[in-house]
Order: sequence, then C-alpha cells, then structure tokens
Amino acid sequence: MGKKDTKDVEEQKSKKKRSLTRRVFMLGSMAVAGGVAFGAYHYKKPLKNPLQDSDGEITLNPYLFITAAGVKVIAPRAEMGQGVHTTLAAMVAEELGVAWEDVEVIHGPASSTYYNEEVLKLGLPFAEYSQSTVKNVVSGVTDVASKILGQQITGGSTTTRDGFIKMRQAGAAARLAIMEAAAYEFDVPASELKTNNGEVIAPNGSRLKYQDLALDASAIKVEQNPPLKDPSQWRYLGKAMPRKDMVGKVTGTAEFGIDVKQDDMLFATVRINPKLGGKMLSFDAAEAGAMAGVVKIVDLWDGIGVIADNTWTAFQAAEAVEIEWGDAPYPQDNDGIYAEIEKAFDEKPNSVLRDDGTIDETLAAAPDVIEAIYRVPYLAHTPMEPMNATALLKDGELDVWVGNQAPTVIQDHVAKAVGLNVENVRVHTPYLGGGFGRKPEYDSAVQATKLAEAMPGRAIKMTWTREEDVRHDFYRPASLARMKGIVSEDGPSALKLDIAAPSVYRAQAKRVLGIAPPGPDKLLVEGAFDQPYGIPNFQVNGYLSEVDVPVGSWRSVGNSYNSFFLESFLDELAVAKRLDPLAMRLKLMQGVDKPSFDTLRAVGDIAGWGAPTGAGRGRGAGFGRGVAFCYSFGSPTAQIIDVSETEDGVKIDKVWCAIDVGTAFDPSIIEAQVTSAILYGLSAAIYGDITFEDGEVVEGNFDEYDALRMGNAPPVEVKILQSTGHIGGVGEPGVPPSIPALANAVYDLLGKRERVLPLGKSVDFVTV
Amino acid sequence: MTKAMKLTVNKVEHEIDVDPEMPLLWVLRDVIGLTGTKFGCGIAACGACTVHLDGEPIRSCVTPIGDVEGAVTTIEGMGTPASLGMVQKAWLKHQVAQCGYCQSGQIMSASALLETNPEPSDADIDEAMSGNLCRCATYPRIRAAIHEASKMLKEDA
Repeated sequence: MGKKDTKDVEEQKSKKKRSLTRRVFMLGSMAVAGGVAFGAYHYKKPLKNPLQDSDGEITLNPYLFITAAGVKVIAPRAEMGQGVHTTLAAMVAEELGVAWEDVEVIHGPASSTYYNEEVLKLGLPFAEYSQSTVKNVVSGVTDVASKILGQQITGGSTTTRDGFIKMRQAGAAARLAIMEAAAYEFDVPASELKTNNGEVIAPNGSRLKYQDLALDASAIKVEQNPPLKDPSQWRYLGKAMPRKDMVGKVTGTAEFGIDVKQDDMLFATVRINPKLGGKMLSFDAAEAGAMAGVVKIVDLWDGIGVIADNTWTAFQAAEAVEIEWGDAPYPQDNDGIYAEIEKAFDEKPNSVLRDDGTIDETLAAAPDVIEAIYRVPYLAHTPMEPMNATALLKDGELDVWVGNQAPTVIQDHVAKAVGLNVENVRVHTPYLGGGFGRKPEYDSAVQATKLAEAMPGRAIKMTWTREEDVRHDFYRPASLARMKGIVSEDGPSALKLDIAAPSVYRAQAKRVLGIAPPGPDKLLVEGAFDQPYGIPNFQVNGYLSEVDVPVGSWRSVGNSYNSFFLESFLDELAVAKRLDPLAMRLKLMQGVDKPSFDTLRAVGDIAGWGAPTGAGRGRGAGFGRGVAFCYSFGSPTAQIIDVSETEDGVKIDKVWCAIDVGTAFDPSIIEAQVTSAILYGLSAAIYGDITFEDGEVVEGNFDEYDALRMGNAPPVEVKILQSTGHIGGVGEPGVPPSIPALANAVYDLLGKRERVLPLGKSVDFVTV
Repeated sequence: MTKAMKLTVNKVEHEIDVDPEMPLLWVLRDVIGLTGTKFGCGIAACGACTVHLDGEPIRSCVTPIGDVEGAVTTIEGMGTPASLGMVQKAWLKHQVAQCGYCQSGQIMSASALLETNPEPSDADIDEAMSGNLCRCATYPRIRAAIHEASKMLKEDA
C-alpha cells in the first residue's frame, strides 16, 4: 500500500490523534515503590521527557530517539565499566524490535525523569534476603528519602534492577506507537502488524521503516503499560552481547571526561588544602603567575586553581604557588584518628539492627567466650582516570562536562556555585574511566565551574594530578570491630559484633541535601547484621564516629569492612572447635535463606571443597584455602581462595566464586564484573592503606598505593546462579567476601590470624 | 623557553613550539589533540600513557619532548573503528575493556610485546604487562586477548 498524502487523510489522522488522551508514559516499576510511602509522590506524577527532537532524531519517550541509523538509546546510568550501557540498551532493543548493530547508546541529559528508585532502598534498615520487611517502611528515612528519590544516581549495584521494567517498557511503548502509526499508513488494524529489525510488516508483506513512522508515532499516546515479552522469547537479554562501548575503547576514540574538547579551550588544575576540610590562609602566586603559559591563578578559598595553555604547565605552576594552609578538623595522625573512632564505643549505639536471642546474658553465663578486635583503614578509590571536569560559562548559561555518577546532584551544585537556575545548566556525561563510588561527588565539577566563572566565555578543562586525586578522595572509612562469640561442636551459638566507624550515609546526605538524616545507619552495619546466619544469640551494634575525614561510597560500602569482620571471626570460631568453616556456615544458613545456602554449596562444588579443616585444609603444607560469604545488593556471593608459599612470597593461586544474581542479563558482563570486584577487593586487602600525618594523607601515587597487576592477579572462576525471578546486583557483591576469604586462606597457610588490614603489612605477598 | 620542534606521530609530521621539558603525553593530548593516550599517574607507575617510539614502548608521561628522537605511534595509529588492527580485533573478540581508560596503554604494551615475541608465554605476558595497571582488573581477558592476537598474527603471516 502506497503512502497516503491527500488532505482528507491527513485531517482524519490528526482528528483521531487529538481524540486520544494526553501522552503519558507510565512506568510500571513504580508500582513497586508505590508499596512504600516515599514512592507515592512520584507514582502519581507523570514524568517529563527531557529529550528534544533534532534533525533526523525523533524522541518517542525519555529513553530513546528513532534515528536514520536505527535507535539511539538513552541509558541514564554512568557507564564506568560495568557494561550498563550495553545491558540497558539490550532491554530497550529487546522490546523495540531492532537489530543490535542499529543500536547506539548515550548517557543523555541530567534529569529527575531518570531518578533511581532502587538506590534509595539500600539505605533502608532491613536485611535484603527477607524481602517482606521492605514493605513495612518506618520513620526517619522517608522524608529524606523522598528528596533523594528524585535524583539520577548510579550506585548500589541497582542499574539493571531499576531499569528492568522502565527500559523494556520504553522499547515496548515506542514499538506500539510505531505500529499505530503504521496501522494508519497500511490502513489495517495494528493487531495484524508485525515488526522485525526496525521495520513494520503488513499482512500483505509490505514494509515500513521505523524511521519513516517515527514522526507520526511521536504524536500517538501510549497510556497503558505495554505488554512485555515473556523471557522465553528474549533475543538479547540473557545472552552475551557485544558491548556498545568496546570499539571506542580499543581504538582510543571513546571520549572520557578528561578527553573533552571545546573550541578555544584552556587547561587547568587545582591544588586544594591537603589538610582535608581546612581553609587556605594565604597564598603567593607571584612566581607561578609569571611562568610562561600561565593565564590565570584563581583563589578557591580552600586552595587555588591555575588556568594555563596546557595541563602540564598548570601542574607546574600549581606546585610553584606558595600556600599557607589552615588545619584539618580531625586528629593530626593515624593514632589520633583511630583513638577518636574507638571513642564511639563509649556512646550508645546508633543502630541495633540485629538482636536475636539474649546475647549479653548468654555471654555472661558462658565459660569460654572467644574475643577479638579487628581494624580496617581508610581507602582511596583510585579510578584510572583522575578527577577532572570541563566547564564553560557564557551569557548566563553553564555547560559542564564531567564523568559522573549523579548528574542531577552535580547540576544542582554547579548551579548554586555560580548563582544560576538549574534550567540554565547542562551537565554532559562522557565515559567514566572508573568510578567505584568516587564519582557521585560534585567537587571537581564545582571547581571547574569556579574556574570557568573566572574566565567567562572560555571552556576550561581542569585535570587533577594523581597525587591530588589520592589525597582528596572521599574515602572508605576506617573502622574498628569488637567481637565476642561462643562456639561448640554444633557450631556458633552466640555472636556479638560491635562496629565503630564514621558514617558514609550521613556524610553523603549532608553533601547532597545539606542535612544528615536521623535514625539507624544501615550502611554502617551492612554485611554484618543482614547476613543469613541463624545464630541463636546474634547481636550487631553500630556506633557512629564523628571523625571528620571526608568519607564516601567505596565499592560495596559498609559490606567492604563488615564482611571482613564477620567472616574472619566466623573462621576463628570454626578453627576453635576444628569445624569445617564451609559446613559450619551451611548449617547456620539452613532454613534461613535457601539461595544463600545453595550459593555457598555451589562454590564448594566448583572448588572441590570437602577436605577437613586444619593446616592446608587437606592440600598439605605450603598451601592454604579460605572461604567466605556475603549477601549484598541482592546477590548472595560465596568465594574460596587458594594460596601457597613460594620463594617470592605468598601467592594467590586461584579464586572461585558463586553468585546468585537471580536473573542474569548478560553472562559475559557479569563474569567480568564479578572478577573485577574480587580483584578490586583483593587489591585493597593486600595494599589498601590511606594513612595520615600532620593532618595530611601520606600516600600520593601508585608507587605508594598500588593494586594487583598482571603478574600477581590470580585467575578467577565465576559460577553464575539464577535462583528465582529477582534481580540481584552485579558490580559490587564480589568485593566483600574476597577480603575475608583471603585472610582466612592466609590463616590456613601460615597459622597466623590477621585482624588488621591491609594484610600486606604483615604478610609478604608476591609482588611484581 | 619554548622551542620550535618537529614531531612525527602516526606518520604525520607536526610542527610544535613548546617547552622541551614538556612530557610527550601532554604534547600529544593538549597540543596536538590526540587524546587516545591517557594520563594516569605522571610518574611511569601505571602505563596508561604508553606509546611507541620507533616501535619501543615508552611511558610518555615522563618523556620530555626535547628528548624524543624518532617516530611516535599512539593508539590512534594502531587502527580505527572502521579498520581495526589485529591486537584491537583480539581485544574486541574477548570483550576486554570495562571502563576502558587503561586499554590504550595495554594495547600499546601488548603490541610491542608481540612485535618482539610473537608467541609469548604466560610468564612473558606477566613480565611485559605488569607495568600497566588496570583498576577494573581486566587482566584475565587481556591475557586471553594477547594469546588470541598471537594466533591471529601467525595465521595472517
């Protein structure tokens, strides 16, 4: 059937279109949030489409443009290596019915339309494995929650969980609208049409391309939640898809924040007070300002910025500025900081999220109580791409380019920094050269904005030195744990865990919202209180420390240290009674959480666990083996690590990991992410140590803050399980158990219990 | 302080006028505009800035431009999205990159290794590649891709 172009037909069409109700794109996933108080506000409000048509690009909803080449998907979560652009695009493409090679992916603009509802739930004080409790949301968190809810944030391993309904519905709704448009063109009911690889096919075999229908489709309203494919019909989801970012990343053409180019751009860096949070008392830039290539030196109250005609000159000049720094608002050195954290134990606990049985009475009555004190240090994120941002302020309009995990948060804060409304601020998100929780922070974006304000009309690309990056992080907090336990031949009967640490949750809320929420801090004790162990007397107390070293989300947050405390101490209890540490845990999980039980058993199967405990756990002298488990971000994860003694030191021979992700969208990406998380955790376990002297971070570069490399990174075998229909996280859950699994393996090898991280301070590992 | 110099990058000659002390990395990125080569540490501790100087891998972040005598090859000279080099093809096949930031340097180091040692053992790979840090820890796939590239280059020869 040919294209109809008579006036009559046009009139008829537009009349019919007008009779359809206002275009509303409803997101079915909000029904989930609708069950809890904070979801109601957004649930009732239709979401605005922040996209605008341009030449050859027609938007049908907030998640896509139909283009001449196919579809351009807006994947509104930071692509920092996790492969989310590929998996989110696969969700859209799956329902839209387009060929994979015709799919392009971009980050898209900053907009509250792209808020992340799942990340918020991570702060709720409930164990994730007991899903039913999430329905009973209580006090405290909710009003803060509703504000955070509007934020576009990447974190908490929530991307696929949050996008699963939204992204597929975006594809399905667009397809329905396109089919409606085709129905007019073909003059047959939409129900008789089919689609294939970007074309609508009429019963008589004639075809129309999506791109030729997109304009008409954009006026058609899709009100109902569109039906979605049954997973058995999936073409893309569940399969290893070629990553959309791969070609760019192997050819040097992928644009990271640090690669942004603008006309007439200048280059810059900053030097901020290394006594973190302290002011700058005075500075003398006479020498630096006279250096060839230096354009301007800018006073940033807590440091200086240098604008120059290249980055290297900016680095040189920043070093040449003479600066007198004000003091940091925390103790001057490590000893003082740890003493301050320890003081938190003298106050009442902030959170008691687990209190089973009668812990204090049981401990008081027992003759043999095992006690231990554990400690972990501050950690930096050190993504490969140092912090940077580019800004251009011109005629009251601000553009900021920054690889980031929270575009709407950054939009708010850069706007405030120069007194603009957010409507006049555009945040552009290039690729992130790693994030790991460092880049929801807005510090670098605000600095670049301030520098741009000093040079209106000129784009300023600001790059930090690596030293600036390591010494001005929002660190994983140091933490202390005091543990007591009782164990018999039947297993542990009592466990008390007191944890003291500065609060990441409060620090971040203060930075984002200006207020610290009251109530228990779940992140402080996650990885401990929420583990699926049926210990009859089990108490976990969280004590908040007020030490004012900047802290933030570090891949897996509280789980990163609590899993080390809990899983190491469980190993101590097992050793005390010569129990098999894996079998002991399985027994504790029985009847509590089947997916956790099955995951732990699965890792035992793939690693060939089974020998009794004792030196070498059956592998003989010179070999050690450790096991650990953690339920985090919706995914129970169990690991076994083998180590051995070599001439060059302790070598990690192999890591086995079983993870139950519920629904595996892309097995290749999951395998990569879990391997990455494990090696990130092991790097921290061996090397990670941020220390303080004179109020300043000592470590500055990779020579002092190293990580695993090709020559000492062990092979990792990952077993992906899919127990039920839930969607577990993937980017973080591999981190927590890796650290105690290594410590337990080291104990098995050397008979030495390591209760202080990093392990590399007391154990010689193979270096390269 | 600046000095007029000639620099050949990916077979193209550039006239530059900069401080001879300026590291090659910043000449490539800020002066010539080739941003495929990355800044990671500035002290030759991470390998993100690796380029070839007459085929030899060097850390461009600590190589003053005044000392550069010879032809420079960067990641942009190894292939393009439309026409990938062999090592890049192997990287694609094994879906190596995660964040991707270090991969230009990884590919430059791997290419130099394969140039001198067409069939590297795992130990050779450990030796040649341990100067290239990857915080996403894509090492297992880098290793597999190097073995793959070795095979592909042999078949191609």
